[in-house]
Amino acid sequence: MIRIANGQGFWGDWLEAPVRLIEQGPIDYLTLDYLAEVTMSILQKQKQRDARLGYARDFPPLIARIADRIRERNIKVLANAGGVNPLACAREVRRLAPGLKVAAVLGDDIFARIDEFLAKGFQLRNLDTGEPVAAVRDRLLSANAYLGAFPLAQALATGADVVVSGRCADAALALAPMIQRFLWQETDWDLLAAGCVAGHIIECGAQATGGNFQGDWQSLPDLAEIGYPIVEAEPGGMCTITKHPGTGGRVNSHVVKEQLLYEIGDPRRYVTPDCVVDFTSLRLEEVGPDRVRVRGARGGPRTETLKVSASYAAGWKATGTLVYSWPQALEKAQAADRIVRQRLRQLGLQFDCISTEFVGVNACHGPAARPVQDPPEVELRLGVRGQNKEAVERFTRELIPLVLSGPPGATGYGEGRPPVREVVAYWPALIPRQDIEPRVEVLG
Amino acid sequence: MKIALGRIAHARSGDKGDTANIGVIAWRERGYFILVREVTAERVKEFFGGLVKGRVERFELENLGALNFLLHQALDGGGTVSLRLDAQGKTLGAALLGMEIEVDEHELGD
Repeated sequence: MIRIANGQGFWGDWLEAPVRLIEQGPIDYLTLDYLAEVTMSILQKQKQRDARLGYARDFPPLIARIADRIRERNIKVLANAGGVNPLACAREVRRLAPGLKVAAVLGDDIFARIDEFLAKGFQLRNLDTGEPVAAVRDRLLSANAYLGAFPLAQALATGADVVVSGRCADAALALAPMIQRFLWQETDWDLLAAGCVAGHIIECGAQATGGNFQGDWQSLPDLAEIGYPIVEAEPGGMCTITKHPGTGGRVNSHVVKEQLLYEIGDPRRYVTPDCVVDFTSLRLEEVGPDRVRVRGARGGPRTETLKVSASYAAGWKATGTLVYSWPQALEKAQAADRIVRQRLRQLGLQFDCISTEFVGVNACHGPAARPVQDPPEVELRLGVRGQNKEAVERFTRELIPLVLSGPPGATGYGEGRPPVREVVAYWPALIPRQDIEPRVEVLG
Repeated sequence: MKIALGRIAHARSGDKGDTANIGVIAWRERGYFILVREVTAERVKEFFGGLVKGRVERFELENLGALNFLLHQALDGGGTVSLRLDAQGKTLGAALLGMEIEVDEHELGD
């Protein structure tokens, strides 16, 4: 049996979590997931400004902090912290923790190969809209293929203490140690599916241990000290989800079910780079306090394509807020909205979208929100999106004047004008597997 | 009798591009069959009104006592494009628990 923990569900997750996972009990592998769908575009821009950047900068200092302990206890770390520059990330880890052997997994970044693919006739059509990528070619900011777990397992097999990848399937970070330790093969579909399911359960960190649990959340003990998830994986594919004893949160079948369903599509065909998983075959069993056993995973052959996650510049946006107080808080906010829209029209500004929400009334749930009677305050949240940056900038100056020139009782404008942000849109596509060549480079 | 869905189920929601997903999980085994009967794709689409521009798909996971819903074109363009406060649909699962469903009283008993 091996213990695989996840100490980071996204870049920005609790900094103490990975350290506690190491200090509060036994683990063999520590995985850390840093990359959301559009993180890569931000990192690509950083790399364009400075060729030594483009990775999750929180990661090397974290490794420096835990270096002695992971060496003493032979804990291996796997992280997709490499972003669009895994080699630079690996070098920085080596600089801060010179005693560690670091392996970088490369080959996912296809941003520099787009024209090669277009010349080959690959259209990289958007999976949602069907549009060929040529439509946004000149605005592309990043493009990465999702690698599977086998290159990561290969990196572990070099004896590396730390494996740094760029874009890989989130669940691959947890699957890789199972492949490497249990010698699972590329056609062991059921075993690979079992590992993917376990990886999926822990990839969002504490969402597998009671974080963001919508069931009886008030009954969960001590969320301030929540334990991050650990998979106890067996060579036959049986996995037990747990957390260190004495930590906060809870692992039961309902918590695990919420996470199993999180951000999935068709549960009979959950496509990963390594296999296609059938979630309808899974069986959960509570086998002890904070212990849920997962078995029965069925897997099908991997697809001939890999998913590509690209991003492109899609205009500009800004969102500002003003708070109106009782009485008639909602009516005042509605009047303010009408005034701003009228002024924008008079200025002749063009936008792709103007959006109004009333926080405290309907911002989260829209038409499904429960009716509110006479709220003590309402926040007007007004945003625009468009291709013309100047128009969006002009919009940002139209909210604060309402404090003196609109309905009474406006406040909450202390932050000043809202910032104008570039819109980075997501472009999912497919690419033939054979055109992606993952490779491993070892440092130290 | 009419009850809120939240009496027999819990939920978590998230995003993939411009599609929101909601996993709805029955608290008890028998509750699953109420979910299958009452929480149809059509009713979910109707419940969210203009928030969901595209279609709603439903998938059944009897093994987990759960349903998974895909709400297409529900996030104003998706995560980074959207102007919505809840650009990633994180709160839609909770919203759905407020939907009224029709049950016989005996279906709620032990």
